[in-house]
Amino acid sequence: MLRKLRQQSPYHLMLLPSIVLVFIFSYIPFYGLVIAFQKYNPGLGFNSPWVGWDNFSHVFSQPNFVRTIWNTLYMSAFKIIGGIIVPVIFALLLNEVAHSAVKRAFQTLVYIPNFLSWVIMAGILLDILSSDGILNTFLGLFGMEPISFLGNPSIFPWTMIVSDIWKGFGFGTVVYLAALTSIDPGLYEAAVIDGAKRWKQTIYITLPLLMPTIVLMSVLSLGNVLNAGFDQIYNLYSPVVYQTGDIIDTYVYRLGIQQAQYSIATAVGLFKSVISTVLVALSYLLAYKVAGYRIF
Amino acid sequence: MVYDKSIGRSLFHILNFSILILTSLLCILPFINMLAVSFSGSAAVSAGNVAFWPVDFTTKAYEFALTGGEFYTSLWVAVKRVVLGTTVNLILMVLTAYPLSKSAQKLMGRNYYMGFFIITMLFNGGLIPTYLVVVKMGLIDSIWSLILPGALPVFSMVILMNFIRGLPEEIEESAIIDGAGPMQILFRIMLPLLKPALATVGLFSIVGHWNSWFDGIIYMNDPANYPLQSYLQTLLLSFEQIMLKSGTDYTQLLSMMNARTGRAAQMFLGAIPILLVYPFLQKYFTKGLVLGSVKG
Repeated sequence: MLRKLRQQSPYHLMLLPSIVLVFIFSYIPFYGLVIAFQKYNPGLGFNSPWVGWDNFSHVFSQPNFVRTIWNTLYMSAFKIIGGIIVPVIFALLLNEVAHSAVKRAFQTLVYIPNFLSWVIMAGILLDILSSDGILNTFLGLFGMEPISFLGNPSIFPWTMIVSDIWKGFGFGTVVYLAALTSIDPGLYEAAVIDGAKRWKQTIYITLPLLMPTIVLMSVLSLGNVLNAGFDQIYNLYSPVVYQTGDIIDTYVYRLGIQQAQYSIATAVGLFKSVISTVLVALSYLLAYKVAGYRIF
Repeated sequence: MVYDKSIGRSLFHILNFSILILTSLLCILPFINMLAVSFSGSAAVSAGNVAFWPVDFTTKAYEFALTGGEFYTSLWVAVKRVVLGTTVNLILMVLTAYPLSKSAQKLMGRNYYMGFFIITMLFNGGLIPTYLVVVKMGLIDSIWSLILPGALPVFSMVILMNFIRGLPEEIEESAIIDGAGPMQILFRIMLPLLKPALATVGLFSIVGHWNSWFDGIIYMNDPANYPLQSYLQTLLLSFEQIMLKSGTDYTQLLSMMNARTGRAAQMFLGAIPILLVYPFLQKYFTKGLVLGSVKG
């Protein structure tokens, strides 16, 4: 046993640096979650006085916080649904193009926004969506009044949903297109002989064969239900749209980093982490059971 | 595939192409508008006359972007971060993925090690506890605060591990017979074989580090330490102030450029590196999806 361990020691040594770093920056913060049940005092650190569930009952009595849960669920639900439907449709349409070079050109164009940070995208959106930006100038040609895409609380969530789908649908398109090209062409030839038109072929061959990929992508996005997109919303929101645009993550940031209310912000973070973990674990389990996809 | 040439089919193709072109334009026109704005005179931009071609062509906004403000400083921080961060990521990923690719018989405690890393994918301490650990480690205002907390990207490491497991075992066995130790096998034999997988996970790291902005904002007190994306983020709100602070005659500056053209220029500069590596990104990001899944 000891000899075996000595033989293997180079392997264990290789793992050591990662273990130390992951321990410091992931596991000590786990322990740091105790401050959710304490009244944090910078001098005492993680040994601050205990207050039980006070931080939780305090934050859940805040109407400002409770509305962030609703806002988060509302925006992420539509982002997830749109983030599946739009790329599926786009990939199906793109698949009808016979020229592979043309197909690739479209794919290249729609995949670009995916790689740019939300800071850059926000810079672009702030400009084109402003009252004198190009979109409102364009709408003005049809005699429409300028729309306040980022300043009107009832429009803001939809600006977020649409721009998120806009930025991300290229990735989904690439995934679905890869699945579509792996469908056996013999199936379509057989369908033509049986007299099936393109529409019937799509309904009875393409969609059923695409289903496992669609299920997989939906299931994997389940873990993101409580992430309505901090990077996007933080860079585009303002106090006038807090009512509909404030999400759990932006609330935690303002409370924790800007107002230094560490204990309450950690309590909110812990609440979110617990639910997210259940959802992520569930999504991996479902992905394996339903689509046979396993990452580890 | 069988193509039918009926009128209905031709009509469909025309409609289909219109939808595809329109959607692709929606993805690309905002960028072209941004580019046109960045090269236009301030009066034309304020009047809303700029669409997709510069009006009153000027490079003033770029001259300002490259001389005023903290552009160069933050660009240098970003370059350091990408180089250092990606190097650290790659070294730790290889050192971790290789031992973990062994079975539990060949590496005692293999499954415990694996669990140790996987847990950090499912659950995290959240914003505040992680922030407090970084503060306690004395990393505030140090470039290492941007690198060490994410030193081991677990998802990429798992992709790499699955790739190693897919390699034929005979390669390693024959090296052992020739008397090579684990370190020699890893660096002399495995590393060359891992190149395609390393290109994929390396690009993940490069894009991730280049696009990160939030950690820069919270871990750096002195804006001189901001990486480029964090600096660009501050521009979203306060471009006018940066113009005021630049030392040049403000009214004279304003006659040639304004916050919109200046911001557009800086956003475009921030996007250039991503656009340059885009062909590689497109190729390898799709590959990563295939590499990552477990076969059988």
